[in-house]
Amino acid sequence: MSSTFDTVANIIAETCDIPRDTIKPESHAINDLGIDSLDFLDIAFAIDKAFGIKLPLEQWTQEVNDGKATTEQYFVLDNLCARIDGLVAAKGA
Amino acid sequence: MRLEYFQLIDRIIELDLDARTVRAHAQVPQTSTIFEGHFPGYPLMPGVLLIESMAQASGWLIIGLTKFERMPFLASVREAKLRTFVLPGQVLTLTAGIVHEGSGFTITKAAVEAGGKTVANSEITFRVTPFPHPKFRAGMEQVAAAINFPLTARG
Repeated sequence: MSSTFDTVANIIAETCDIPRDTIKPESHAINDLGIDSLDFLDIAFAIDKAFGIKLPLEQWTQEVNDGKATTEQYFVLDNLCARIDGLVAAKGA
Repeated sequence: MRLEYFQLIDRIIELDLDARTVRAHAQVPQTSTIFEGHFPGYPLMPGVLLIESMAQASGWLIIGLTKFERMPFLASVREAKLRTFVLPGQVLTLTAGIVHEGSGFTITKAAVEAGGKTVANSEITFRVTPFPHPKFRAGMEQVAAAINFPLTARG
């Protein structure tokens, strides 16, 4: 079974045509990989489907806009994957 | 249809919020200034307007599902297929269904049919946000009334 990171990295590589080997756990989806908000919708769709969850993008965006969170908390892939794992665990609880 | 005004839906025929589908009718006008250029001497319904008509049908479905609290904005069009010419006067049936409702975005599959045949289809992504201004919602409510958008689907 592939890890959450592998699944997410593969989705990003395929959706955004980014070489898979440049996508690292410490990569920031926006700042390092240059993914824009429209491409991130496609990524969110693929993540929602792959993990059977609904990434709360609106809530995250609001928190960043309100200064309550940083983009690193949500868009550095390690952190993103941890949040995906949390959502999957919450779904199964 | 009033092409110049981007009114591409004449009437909502069915809005099924449980099945998350919509069906609408539209008739391509016999005359339009758009046909003067598209094309001189050989009027054809522009493919981009067929795509817009699918987006509008999808949009009304999303507005229904969000109880008129949110407005869908076209974000991307995937695999749009324009399968045959659509001519002035043709009666079209527009259909759409939900593929995925994400957080702040929705993806639909939509089609245009004429004479029982699919003439166009596409997968469409929308950003879905609260109405940016009450006037915007009021304007959309007026359009909704004009195209028989079901009253029960309004918030």
